[in-house]
Amino acid sequence: MLGKLTWDALPFNEPIDMAVSGLMIAAVLAILLWLTAKGHWPYLWREWLTSVDHKRIGVMYCVLALVMLLRGFADALMMRSQQALAAGGAQGYLPPEHYDQIFSAHGTIMIFFMAMPFMIGLMNFAVPLQLGVRDVAFPTLNSVSLWLTASGVLLTNISLVVGEFARTGWLAYPPLSELRFSPGVGVDYYLWSLQISGVGTLLSGINLVTTILKMRAPGMSYMRMPVFCWTSLAANLLIVAAFPILTATFAMLLLDRYLGFHFFTIDGGGNPMMYINLIWAWGHPEVYILILPAFGVFSEVIATFSGKPLFGYRSMVAATMAICVLSFVVWLHHFFTMGAGADVNGFFGVMTMIIAVPTGVKVYNWLFTMYGGRVRFTAPIYWSLGFMVTFVLGGMTGVLLAVPPADFVLHNSLFLIAHFHNVIIGGVLFGAMAGYTYWFPKAFGFTLHEGWGKASFWCWFIGFYLAFMPLYWLGLMGMTRRMQHYDDASWQPFLVVAAGGALVILCGILCTIVQLVVSIRDQAGSRDRTGDPWNGRTLEWSTASPPPSWNFAMLPQVEGEDAYWHMKRRAREERTEHAEALEYGAIEMPVNSSTGFITAFFAVVTGFALIWHIWWMVWLGLFGAFATTLVLAWRDHDEMEIPADEVARMDRAHRAELAR
Amino acid sequence: MDANRHDRAPGDDTTPGDRREETLSGLRVYLVGLALAVLFTATSFWAAGTNLLWAPGIPIGLAVLAVAQMGIHLVFFLHITTGPDNTNNVLALAFGVLIVALVVAGSLWIMANLNANMMPSPELMNMQIQH
Amino acid sequence: MSGAVAAAHGDHGVPRSASEDGPAPKRIIVAYGFWIFLLSDIVMFSAIFATYAVLAQATNGGPTGRQLFDYTNVAIETGCLLASSFTCGMMSLAINEESRLWTYVGAAVTFGLGAVFLMLELREFADMIAEGATPQRSAFLSAFFTLVGCHGLHVAIGLLWLVVMMVQVWAKGFRASVQRRLLCFSLFWHALDIIWVALFSIVYLMGGR
Repeated sequence: MLGKLTWDALPFNEPIDMAVSGLMIAAVLAILLWLTAKGHWPYLWREWLTSVDHKRIGVMYCVLALVMLLRGFADALMMRSQQALAAGGAQGYLPPEHYDQIFSAHGTIMIFFMAMPFMIGLMNFAVPLQLGVRDVAFPTLNSVSLWLTASGVLLTNISLVVGEFARTGWLAYPPLSELRFSPGVGVDYYLWSLQISGVGTLLSGINLVTTILKMRAPGMSYMRMPVFCWTSLAANLLIVAAFPILTATFAMLLLDRYLGFHFFTIDGGGNPMMYINLIWAWGHPEVYILILPAFGVFSEVIATFSGKPLFGYRSMVAATMAICVLSFVVWLHHFFTMGAGADVNGFFGVMTMIIAVPTGVKVYNWLFTMYGGRVRFTAPIYWSLGFMVTFVLGGMTGVLLAVPPADFVLHNSLFLIAHFHNVIIGGVLFGAMAGYTYWFPKAFGFTLHEGWGKASFWCWFIGFYLAFMPLYWLGLMGMTRRMQHYDDASWQPFLVVAAGGALVILCGILCTIVQLVVSIRDQAGSRDRTGDPWNGRTLEWSTASPPPSWNFAMLPQVEGEDAYWHMKRRAREERTEHAEALEYGAIEMPVNSSTGFITAFFAVVTGFALIWHIWWMVWLGLFGAFATTLVLAWRDHDEMEIPADEVARMDRAHRAELAR
Repeated sequence: MDANRHDRAPGDDTTPGDRREETLSGLRVYLVGLALAVLFTATSFWAAGTNLLWAPGIPIGLAVLAVAQMGIHLVFFLHITTGPDNTNNVLALAFGVLIVALVVAGSLWIMANLNANMMPSPELMNMQIQH
Repeated sequence: MSGAVAAAHGDHGVPRSASEDGPAPKRIIVAYGFWIFLLSDIVMFSAIFATYAVLAQATNGGPTGRQLFDYTNVAIETGCLLASSFTCGMMSLAINEESRLWTYVGAAVTFGLGAVFLMLELREFADMIAEGATPQRSAFLSAFFTLVGCHGLHVAIGLLWLVVMMVQVWAKGFRASVQRRLLCFSLFWHALDIIWVALFSIVYLMGGR
């Protein structure tokens, strides 16, 4: 009746798992009960869960990411503390089976459920505003994407309580991930969570590519788009190009596991290396999907807070698109050691070094943007400066690893771990924090507390170096990754320092939480009246904070790069009174839809059923998803009209604030 | 149709005119496409089975015929042209083709290399087959 | 409409790009988005194609393609799918004319040809399995069944979509939303035939030599 699901799936004989599961369930229940007691469900359902507004969806992605940051970081703390303890003959407190799940979950969660949603959330929020349009190309599909991502998150978190997670690392290489060597449900949880959220991500990619290419304000030609929109275009093109490879590869592994196929098995003629080849053909573009939006954030932040246009707009665009294409010709550098010959290794090694060049161009452009400007040292600029130092360092170790003979020594050592954390934390996470701080007032109407923001930065910055510089050294000394315990006691001091670094980062995360609480408490004093708290250059700053659901009363007419800067300067020069004779028309906006939420529900049901082999539930879930699609296809009214006087009222209020 | 406003939707046919004329010219386009596709398909099947051609060249010939037929489908059935109103559509297609080429060619090159270097010795091979 | 045509062509008689006029009309946005989706689907197929190419010789002592493939069957399947692409084109013309009768006829014939294709393919699979050439037999067979089967699954989804669309035409007529979806369907159906061209050339014709 319930497939492989029995009471054994619950962690009754694993104390740590029991405790953590209990905590998680208690926290979720507490939140749900509080929402019910306060009567917030109608508001939540109407304004957030069924919203198809890109701004709301963007915020929800970021909330998801921040929550999963906590979960992924908890895994990190456990790993650091385990390694700090388990030297010589000591075994630490985490048995290998548990430790293996923790590092697998850490990587999976941080990449798929923290970094990706954060970047997609920022792009969702800012791109339509920057392009001067009302929403993305497919708003309802956008909601579906969000909720499918959330489905993946939910399934992964359920694995903590019911069953187990994969023990194969975040990429689940065969033969270890094949049924023969991983007969449990862990790899299935991993595969189905990612297949489901992968569909959501792919749909997001299609949505944003179409939006950027086909929906811009009048007059906004390609070379007048903000650089964040260019990097978003490149990142989403990569999503569209790379995620299908992930889908296909996971599908083949699933066929091996469920139906006994021989794609990647060691018998039957299978070839496990083909999995590694394909997964990295996805995996390398994936890291560029993560970093390109961060580069875009930095371009916006640095230009805004330097009070200067971005230096070298054209070369920025060229560098971005070059990175986009080049990211597809370097993937073998992730497996130099797995037997390819010198010519193959050499080709990919050289291409990997070449891809560092456009990034260098970008760094110089940022530096030249700040040079000669009046730089305001706000929290976003701190994150940007920290990024430039940290990311360049990480990039250099990457170029070092790109040399195949060097990689032969360093592959899968802690040197590699230090390198990719260097670029991901220094690049993606710092970019996410900068973007979060930069656009927070636009989303919520008040700025974040500067002091706590800077404190958070310093903790992250110092904590990062403390946590990862020792790992570079350890890697050179020969320590490999994913070790639950080790014999060489001389490594322990370094790992203790690293654990200390992780605690400092924890302080950084706590500072961010305190910052949020304090900012909400003090919001009256830090209200963003004008919608333009930073004296911004791009169109999102021309709207109120938060903008009305339709973004712009009238689509702006764009006349150059830095469109809003142009408009402000012209308004000052011409001293035009904002004409009272502006004609406001009614605006058609898409209606809310529960499609996304309900589809996600059926996705979770189907995924859970597939994992536990509950076949009747699989059919039920699939049928439910199909029925939901039909209901969506049958609706007669997909738009509602915002009356002209409401548009007028909000726009006049905004203009009045500007005039003050 | 708004097709002439600036860009053309992929799959949409060309210039508007009288509806009847549109249908007739559309029919012509589809018929030509069908005829060419049938021709190329028949040629492919023939080439695969015949002894009249130099054997090592046949796979390349089949590839060329396949690509040509894909082109016929794109032009005659999907109405993808090189006009300025179709630029986005062609660029997207070109990007897709590039990615496909990189993934397929790259994978084949890498895997051939790996297989050649990592082929198990006869003893190991024997052990593998034995279960 | 003619006024808009004159305005849209600007001074040079060249169509103005989307950027100068603001967001594109919905038909273009929807079709372009679907075009991008199709390209992503083709990338997915290419990953499976690459795997097939890598594993094509890994027959594990079992049957090879040359021993299994029935070329007459493949020729008929190809003919059916190609013809169905043509009849789908006819259906598009009928939709343009907003003729219900010819739309249903075009759809019915397209459906019939697609269904014949699927049935022939299912029978081919059943025969292969019956003689022991199961996907579990070897990596080559795993790859063959997955590649051809994935295409067949797309055809099956297409047929289901076609039925739903015909019900929508019956219930809602030729309103803009229905027309956009039918445009997407025809893009999908033609793309499936394009993938089949690659399939029959590489898997059956090249593989059978």
